Amino acid sequence: MRPGPESDLIDHLPRLRRYARALTGDAARADDLVQDTVERALVKQALWRPGSDLRAWLFTVMHNLFVNQMRAARPPDAALDEAPDMPVNGGQMDALAARDLHAALLRLPETQREVLLLVGLEQFAYAEAAHVLGVPVGTVMSRLARAREQLRRDLAGEAAIPLKVVK
Amino acid sequence: MTERVREDELHAYVDGQLDEARRLAVEAWLAASPADAARVRDWAQQNRALHAAFDPVLNEPLPVALARLPQRDGARKPWKMAVAAAFAVAASGLLGYAAGLRSAAEAVPVRFVQDAAVAHAVFSPEVRHPVEVDASQSAHLVGWLSKRLGAPLHAPDFGALGFELLGGRLLPGETGPVAQFMYQDAAQRRVTLYVRRDATGNRETAFRRIHENGLEVFYWIDRGFGYALSGALDAARMRALADAAYRQLARGEAADG
Repeated sequence: MRPGPESDLIDHLPRLRRYARALTGDAARADDLVQDTVERALVKQALWRPGSDLRAWLFTVMHNLFVNQMRAARPPDAALDEAPDMPVNGGQMDALAARDLHAALLRLPETQREVLLLVGLEQFAYAEAAHVLGVPVGTVMSRLARAREQLRRDLAGEAAIPLKVVK
Repeated sequence: MTERVREDELHAYVDGQLDEARRLAVEAWLAASPADAARVRDWAQQNRALHAAFDPVLNEPLPVALARLPQRDGARKPWKMAVAAAFAVAASGLLGYAAGLRSAAEAVPVRFVQDAAVAHAVFSPEVRHPVEVDASQSAHLVGWLSKRLGAPLHAPDFGALGFELLGGRLLPGETGPVAQFMYQDAAQRRVTLYVRRDATGNRETAFRRIHENGLEVFYWIDRGFGYALSGALDAARMRALADAAYRQLARGEAADG
């Protein structure tokens, strides 16, 4: 077997799948995204420089595909990067929903979700995450801070709401 | 006195991306700043929650087409189509499996071979639980599967061909229980032997071969059993394994005896 991107690629598949699952919140969509990523990577493998970080490159390919999907699914004037933070809700139903990490993740704007997952789950260094996403490190840090604070409000909201005793 | 730390450094502390000196500075700061310490604790908890929620994906079997990628480096014609087709086959195979009797009218061996291929695709990429009973208990394994199939089974010995028995499992088949034995070579390539009682009373013993999306399946029927050997190896190697299995099973010799 010839060593090359393909044989190395398989080592990265489990992590690509983990990231895609967390990013999309849906197993079938996630595997579609992984499949698209692999196909794209194989078509473009000439662009990958041996010796450079294959993992980061694969995540970059996946990021670009994900952004294109999001763009296609969104009205043209709502730029992805300017996606507003979701309003913070305090109602009881929302607090119950927030119990679910998955739901809380999906309420994050995609740009913040990507940073949070690349750093918190995939353990990329900040500079690597910036490279994958094609943004400055400062942007990674500000998105990370916003994502973590929103998640904190979302997940803590439940605990912070005092139980009402119904008489 | 503690030195003020930057917000970014609190994050870098959580993510283990600080050098030693700054890490100590942040720890000193946190010791004196309960509010920041609480935020940092929550962020670290978020990272742990992400791992707890999504790390199990790492141990899921890969979709069959992705699992086979490294073995396809030679003839890489229409990659996209090959990958897409294999996905579709895996998905439709599983659907067919779940739908049960949908294709009961088909010729028996086709369905049997398809089930064998699907069982191979589902279980051979398993990292943690490829088999129900591992080869260290081979006597128990073979005894158990024989009992469930209602006839004495044997697991062929592929040691001379570089494949060791990993173990086996019991599966539901079209006409009753099916046994799957799994073997692995030094390069961690896996082949599975799928065995069922042959209900049709067919005495046919010729090898037949199906090649589908990189997966070779050799199947034959011999003395009341139907066998299908599946693996993503070249045909010559698969043929050698099938020959060995056929010869041993015909003589009643095997890894378990």
